[in-house]
Amino acid sequence: MAGSTRASVTADTAGAAARRRAGTSPWAEAWRRFLRHRMAVASLVVLTLMVLLVVVGPLVWKLSINDIDFRARLASPSLAHPMGTDDLGQDILARMLYGGRISMAVGLAAMLMAIFVGVLVGAIAGISRGWVDAGLMWLTDLFLSLPQLPLLLLVIYLFRERLKNLFGLELGIFLLIVFVIGCFRWMPVARLVRAQFFSLREKEFVEAARALGASVPRQVTRHILPNSLGPVIVAGTIDVAAAIISESTLSFLGLGFPSDVPTWGRLLFDSKDYLDIAPHWAMFPGMAIFLTVLTINFIGDGLRDALDPRKVL
Amino acid sequence: MGPYILRRLLIAVPSLLGISVVLFTVLALAPGDPFSELADNPNVPAEVKLMLRAKFGLDDPIWQRYFHWFNAMVHGDWGFSFISRVNVDQLIMGRLGVTLAVIGASQVVALMIALPVGIYSAARPYSLFDRIASSLAFIGFSLPTFFTGLLLILLFSIHLHWLPFVFRTHIPGSGWAWWWGHIEQSIMPVMVLGLFQGASWTRYVRSAVLDVIRLDYVTTARSKGLPERSVLMKHVVRNALIPVVTLVALTMPQVFGGAIVTEQIFRIPGIGSLLIDAILRNDTPVIMAVTFVFSCLVILFNLIADLLYGWLDPRISYR
Amino acid sequence: MQEHEIRQLIEDVRAGELPRRGFIQKMVGLGLTAPMASMMLMHSGIAQAQANPTYKPTKRGGGGTLKVLWWQGATLLQPHFANGTKDQEGSRIFYEPLASWDNDGNLVPILAAEVPTRENGGLSADGKSVTWKLKKGVTWHDGQPFTADDCVFTWEYAKDPATAAVTNGVYAKVMVQKVDSHTIRVSFDKPTPFWATAFVAAEGMVIPKHLFAPYIGGKSRDAPANLKPVGTGPYKFVEFKPGDLVRGAINTNYHMANRPFFDSIEMKGGGDAVSAARAVLQAGEYDYAWNLQVEDEVLKRMEAGGQGRVHVVPGGDIEFIQLNPTDPVAEVDGERSSMKTHHFAFSDPAVRQAMSLLCDRQSIQEFIYGRTGIATSNFLNNPKKYRSPNTKFEFNVDKAAQILDAAGWKKGGDGIREKGGKKMKFVYQTSVNGLRQKEQAVIKQGCQKAGIDLELKAVTASVFFSSDVANPDTYGKLYADMQMYTTTMTQPDPERFMDQYVSWEISSKANKWQGRNISRYTSEDYDKTYRAAQGELDPVKRAAMFIHMNDLPVMANNVIPLISRPRVRGANLKLVTSLSGWDLDMSALQDWYRQA
Repeated sequence: MAGSTRASVTADTAGAAARRRAGTSPWAEAWRRFLRHRMAVASLVVLTLMVLLVVVGPLVWKLSINDIDFRARLASPSLAHPMGTDDLGQDILARMLYGGRISMAVGLAAMLMAIFVGVLVGAIAGISRGWVDAGLMWLTDLFLSLPQLPLLLLVIYLFRERLKNLFGLELGIFLLIVFVIGCFRWMPVARLVRAQFFSLREKEFVEAARALGASVPRQVTRHILPNSLGPVIVAGTIDVAAAIISESTLSFLGLGFPSDVPTWGRLLFDSKDYLDIAPHWAMFPGMAIFLTVLTINFIGDGLRDALDPRKVL
Repeated sequence: MGPYILRRLLIAVPSLLGISVVLFTVLALAPGDPFSELADNPNVPAEVKLMLRAKFGLDDPIWQRYFHWFNAMVHGDWGFSFISRVNVDQLIMGRLGVTLAVIGASQVVALMIALPVGIYSAARPYSLFDRIASSLAFIGFSLPTFFTGLLLILLFSIHLHWLPFVFRTHIPGSGWAWWWGHIEQSIMPVMVLGLFQGASWTRYVRSAVLDVIRLDYVTTARSKGLPERSVLMKHVVRNALIPVVTLVALTMPQVFGGAIVTEQIFRIPGIGSLLIDAILRNDTPVIMAVTFVFSCLVILFNLIADLLYGWLDPRISYR
Repeated sequence: MQEHEIRQLIEDVRAGELPRRGFIQKMVGLGLTAPMASMMLMHSGIAQAQANPTYKPTKRGGGGTLKVLWWQGATLLQPHFANGTKDQEGSRIFYEPLASWDNDGNLVPILAAEVPTRENGGLSADGKSVTWKLKKGVTWHDGQPFTADDCVFTWEYAKDPATAAVTNGVYAKVMVQKVDSHTIRVSFDKPTPFWATAFVAAEGMVIPKHLFAPYIGGKSRDAPANLKPVGTGPYKFVEFKPGDLVRGAINTNYHMANRPFFDSIEMKGGGDAVSAARAVLQAGEYDYAWNLQVEDEVLKRMEAGGQGRVHVVPGGDIEFIQLNPTDPVAEVDGERSSMKTHHFAFSDPAVRQAMSLLCDRQSIQEFIYGRTGIATSNFLNNPKKYRSPNTKFEFNVDKAAQILDAAGWKKGGDGIREKGGKKMKFVYQTSVNGLRQKEQAVIKQGCQKAGIDLELKAVTASVFFSSDVANPDTYGKLYADMQMYTTTMTQPDPERFMDQYVSWEISSKANKWQGRNISRYTSEDYDKTYRAAQGELDPVKRAAMFIHMNDLPVMANNVIPLISRPRVRGANLKLVTSLSGWDLDMSALQDWYRQA
């Protein structure tokens, strides 16, 4: 059954594997293993396609995103409007392509930030003991207790103008949102990673590495961390969806991008009152978010399997 | 273990204090005004407005207000709401029951979905069951709760007229009718929350079990001839539970804090909607009281989780 | 409309040639309120219309529970502490004033035995006092008799600044004396044509002396009756959960015969307007919902369910845009949008005129508001019959472009107009509200076609409408080039509404941005007319002055009115309500019933 270690792995493939491994670096090895994971590769392709679409699409599909045409409102998908129109007659496909840039960028960037900070904090807390751990956990508890909304209002009120002047409207708000969303999602990752570290650092292979003289950072990066990626990957996929949706909640409160920027979360939110009148409006952004999440998940699965030394690929 | 627990509890007190200072400062600095509606009312002369602000100490310096609040808290006085002009603990107690019932039930539902589905998916990865379950899980957490809530309302309330969607805290009648009334109106919100939570938890459980199920001692147990069920339950699950325990501990405080979006959609008078109302109206005493209790729960449950790690995996030690 | 034309209309009413209702509608069309029009008629000696009895039920009770949805739930049940209309509505279930305003602007006696007029001796000849006769035999919910002492006490309570009552402004200006156990006299220090302020409508709810007397002044917050209201209203208090639920049960000793129809009332709070509409119109779970700020398209679809329908009640609310005549960016003496600066574009009247031509009101009304809004060009509602020739609304991009070209604003390389190196890029702010964001999008498109770029900004309502001195996003600060919101005319007397354009009320740092003149409009003509109107005793002359004042900021295009917004409510098909645009929704609660 899949998932169990084959009893005679070393006997079987050692010879062939050893010959291959003699000529390749660990990263190339990981890449090769990744490529053998079918779903991961398929997802990588799909994700790249989506990214290309949103980057190149608006240059090809020329309809404007905010051309208001009241006569064509709430139209179902047709040749002129492949995804239909919303209640102001704006073309949904154009809006999806334009907003997709922002949604995907926000989703991925916020997720990466949350993961990075979370893994860092969790790893340091997990490998050290005593005061460092206590201090970092206090920080984690603090962030967990903070009520998000007042803090958001405060941060945005303090920094919005400054960022807008430094980076321009869209980039400034983008940075602000990524920072804010990332700040509220790293804590579960930190705690999960720390828990993994607690149990992993007592395991024999880590002890073995210690006995061989590996320094602490080396133990962490080469031995413990790769094995604790499981929950991190799950958190990553969930965070992408959560980030895209958080952005729409922020915009609903007037704190995010201006209301006429059609991010996917915003499209979903705008369409909710018209669910029984024009379901196509909600369907497309919903599917887009779902597809993004799906592809990231399988890519994550592939990554984990590629980095897992026990898994035979 | 004993000295470890003692040490943690001792640390908890100053850490709570530290958190309360930060919370208070954030609230004091955040923009907004509890008396904004009065601003537009030409009947209220400026002196009355100023007097109201002075009465509630809104113009005192921050540290002074903090000590006032801290002093009162220590004496059991949780403060007086600016907006409702009632004691804060009265406000919270009134909503506690509903919050615990609805949110608590949804966490139980989430757990009841996540554990069996996650374990079974991991036991048979990439099988049909796993693919379907995973897809449903992805859909579950890709769609925001305001959306799924609305879908359910449209289906069950509007279209089919099976379930009411406005939550009533007062249901006339007694006995069976009373119970059924409460259950009827709780089904949709509990499902919305429970499924959303359960979707992400399923993925975590599956990942955790997958990690464990490849390990040697599982193979050993199987080769010893133990039935699969026993292998799963006795060897795999216990070790895979560590991330699950972490997650449950992280979400437990929310049973007190409520779920803002779901409460809004179904009009459940829980602590979540109390909090969001207080935040939007800058009713600082209410916000402080709720977030303070929330942070106590956060610290408490994370401590419990840390202790549970030691029980689940005996190799984890606390030096 | 000149003063003599108004007088002519009044004579027409007296002669019977113009129905009373027609006169009131014309006055509302010119921007006055129905109560004010009614007061004009009364002052001229024309008696009020008799209220038409449309109440059918022949016995008290038996109607079951009335379930109403207020998506902003009441957080207080004491009318003199109310934070906005939601608290007033919640209180109104239990408390009553002496009289309230019906939809035609007539005063309807509730706790008063009759409406004071000159004929019955209620109004003094010198206009300085009003004598109210109270109904006899009315009791509070706890059985104590309602007497003049309670009215006098309410006045003392509200006028005391230590009580910090929100109704202070109304009662501090009058003197109330007890004449006998069921008569009071309200006196003013100067002749006051609009006398129906104290004890009338939302600010006029009377509170019982025997429960509140020990809590007057500084101890006002401790009164137990603050949370357990004891009033004279059709329902007795049962339960209150702030923000969530108000419950009342039938008052079997209610002072009007055969009323109320319902055995109990439940007012549920929370949620948003769309789901409230669903609950009433589609699911039939609730009987009535307040303030349905929803797109008409969605409402129509919900009505198709056949459970309820939408009621549109005309009122005085106007959605409008303010063009900032000052510079919102430059900081002078610690404040932006200071009167010492000038806006590079909006100080040019041609630009303002062009902006007015770029607002597609018709589309906004047709496609966004539908029944719930009427496109308007006047600051106050204006039916076709009385459209002033200078203030018709028009949407004409080419004409606007011509005007801008002529004024020297030429299109640059990126399609945006500029003059003297400054581009026409404006920040356009409003509160977070689905309908408003759509309006912004429509106006942005109109401006884009003429070469003007708008940056849309939406601020959370509780921040936008707050009076926080430190926050730059409040509407009082106007730290943007243009802003939009709805101004509400809840005061029946326009004087407290028209002070929004006088120069001494200009919102600035000196008055902590509490000044009522947010648009920073100044005009000598306006100031002069306002001062004259304040001292004017003749209500007809006064009305003519207000009408003149109405037109000034609009014709100068400092203010661009967009949509007149009536009140939109949802009710079950079988529910018979009695709604007034000039008073609270619950002001005639005792008359509500359900048809069989």
